[in-house]
Amino acid sequence: MKSLKLTVAALVASAAFAGVAVARDQVQIAGSSTVLPYAKIVAETFGETFPDFKTPIVESGGTGGGLKEFCKGVGPDTIDIANASRQIKGDEVEACKAAGVTEIQEIKIGYDGIVFATDSGNADLKLEPKDLYQALAAEVVIDGKLVANPYKKWTEINPSLPDAEIAAYIPGSKHGTREVFEEKILAHGCKDAGAQDVIKAAFADAKDQLSKCVAVRKDGLAVDIDGDYTETLARIAANKSGIGVFGLSFYENNADKLKVATVSGVVPTAESIASGEYPVSRPLYFYVKKAHLGVIPGLKEYVEFFTSDDMIGPDSPLVEYGLVAAPDAEREEVRKAFVDGKIM
Amino acid sequence: MSQVSMSPSMAALGAASRPERRDIGLRGRYAAERRFRLYGMAAIAFGLLFLFLLLFSVVSKGYTAFQQSMITIPVEFSEQIIDKDNERATNPQKLVSANYPVVARDALARVLGVAADDRAAMREVNGMISDSVRVQLRNLVTANPAIIGTTQPVTFLAHGDLDSAFKGQINLDVPEKDRKISDRQIGWMNQLAESGALSKHFNTGLFVNGASSRPEAAGVGVALIGSLYMMLIVLVLSLPIGVAASIYLEEFAPKNRFTDLIEVNINNLAAVPSIVYGLLGLAVFVNFAGFPRSAALVGGLVLTLMTLPTIIIATRAALKAVPPSIRSAALGLGASKMQTVFHHVLPLAMPGILTGTIIGLAHALGETAPLLLIGMVAFVADVPATPMDPATALPVQIYMWANEAERAFVERTSGAIIVLLIFLILMNVGAILLRRRFERRW
Repeated sequence: MKSLKLTVAALVASAAFAGVAVARDQVQIAGSSTVLPYAKIVAETFGETFPDFKTPIVESGGTGGGLKEFCKGVGPDTIDIANASRQIKGDEVEACKAAGVTEIQEIKIGYDGIVFATDSGNADLKLEPKDLYQALAAEVVIDGKLVANPYKKWTEINPSLPDAEIAAYIPGSKHGTREVFEEKILAHGCKDAGAQDVIKAAFADAKDQLSKCVAVRKDGLAVDIDGDYTETLARIAANKSGIGVFGLSFYENNADKLKVATVSGVVPTAESIASGEYPVSRPLYFYVKKAHLGVIPGLKEYVEFFTSDDMIGPDSPLVEYGLVAAPDAEREEVRKAFVDGKIM
Repeated sequence: MSQVSMSPSMAALGAASRPERRDIGLRGRYAAERRFRLYGMAAIAFGLLFLFLLLFSVVSKGYTAFQQSMITIPVEFSEQIIDKDNERATNPQKLVSANYPVVARDALARVLGVAADDRAAMREVNGMISDSVRVQLRNLVTANPAIIGTTQPVTFLAHGDLDSAFKGQINLDVPEKDRKISDRQIGWMNQLAESGALSKHFNTGLFVNGASSRPEAAGVGVALIGSLYMMLIVLVLSLPIGVAASIYLEEFAPKNRFTDLIEVNINNLAAVPSIVYGLLGLAVFVNFAGFPRSAALVGGLVLTLMTLPTIIIATRAALKAVPPSIRSAALGLGASKMQTVFHHVLPLAMPGILTGTIIGLAHALGETAPLLLIGMVAFVADVPATPMDPATALPVQIYMWANEAERAFVERTSGAIIVLLIFLILMNVGAILLRRRFERRW
């Protein structure tokens, strides 16, 4: 009897909740796990600086997942901002439009460097895109022919590299970082190593040519990491001669355990990345639903706060964490575009 | 033919091994039993070893998270910095937006004897204080504006890197540029520790605070409350629904193909991966019913769906275990079917039902996958006042901290695991106590 009454009460209670679309009084954000730490810092500081607004909620879930959630429609039950570690794609904009999200504002927050690092006990490491391509590509060119990658040791590729088995921990394909790695390292290395010409001769389609260039070996020497950088760090702790791919901010937080490699002779630092001298970097973005500005309390203020020099300027907490600040003119442009209401 | 050829040899065998025929493999059987016992003990030892390894790795990494380095120094609430033009009477906003971190920085610089015009040194001093000092000092000032212009002893959080260094978790032997804390800061740290200004306190914030990007200020408070809300919702919804469903199925429903189908489905649902319930929850509760994203209410509803099959199966097993003689006796004495069930069968099945419920709850407490899709794997800093407010859950907090880059989050991850384990132990102890209390013998 008692439990029956309880059941009825519970059912009534849940029915009473149903259908009540609650007006939201805090900003909701989702997206890239690379942007997540920066968004968290801004959200937290925002909540502290503006006690009138609630601290925004920041979900992770990847750039693609965040944009998908973002493009679900307009209204308080959809998110306001999507963080992205790459630019929004054409088909994503189309999907957004189809769901009624016609006005999207793009905000570039700065740059992120991608570094190669190994255990701190190892000797200094100097990498070239060419060497990385030859170590990690599925097929390399030997004597003018495309063959399955035969290299097992770094020294077989370049005598100046360490005398150790090739072991590289690279971001898995669900990470935005992988795209940057393919584009900036493998495609470049493919060209430098002279493999591109051979591939061009063998394949007519430009898409095939590119995918051949960036295909990673699958014999276990290059390991895809689908988790986060902490997993890469653990792999390197287990295999001291392994090389891992990290974000600059993660490396800087664990610099006592890791030794960073130069790429094309350039040490990755905030300065060398901002100047473009260090080759492996990418811009970071977030996207704002314009229809929510002025509806969701604090959204406009959050974006303005994020784009202020207090947050992404040269001496800001985000830069301290590892973000590479965009040049002054670019930041000014971003702020102006937001105020002007420029949409994509 | 074979019989003829076999029988003499068998007879000969029988005659020769007459005393051994009494050997009915006793030794072999004892040996087999001993071996089996050994295997059993080895299996238990194996399990215990891994339990020990798990606990050891979690506790040895995590116990330091329950302590937090704090700096206690006299802080001058300088009017110059907080309210230069004395506007606070007319413009209360002034006290909210004042630059409180500078107040703390100057106070620490004074203790350390750093000149105010040495900008590089001042920045390093600033790096020793947690940024959360802004809110702390602001709250002190807004609560009592009279302290402006006075000097008060204040205890505030040390920066996460200083905390890690003070606890010996940063390798100080590596070159200065490769660590987050400079040689000068280490010198100051030792100086402060010697004078007693820097010391370790019990980390209350770990239990009270919400998520934070600063490890020193991060806590499982929001996650604890979120988990608590969800467990309450799961208990309130799934226990009555589950028990009602199983009583009907077990005691009243006719046995036919339809009820067989339901039984198969329930057993199947119990084995469905939990992420599927997350998808369902997103579609039904968030997109259709319009419940807020990231809210504990939605999480609780999703976990209820996930827990129901477990509870139904456990309850049905408990009802089945009640001897039929109890039912017959009750019916024979003139009780109605419903009286039989509620007065006699259900009380006897209660220990089993409670155990099943608590195991189901404990399972739900440890779930992250279904929460991912309804937006509960998120950075939530504000403490949720109602189940409709955004919240996270304990295992989610562990997952998110495990992915953080800062060293100080390593110990906090293990600390949060310890908190979760304590919760689970409490729930299981509760299950045992309830079972003891309700258990009846016949």
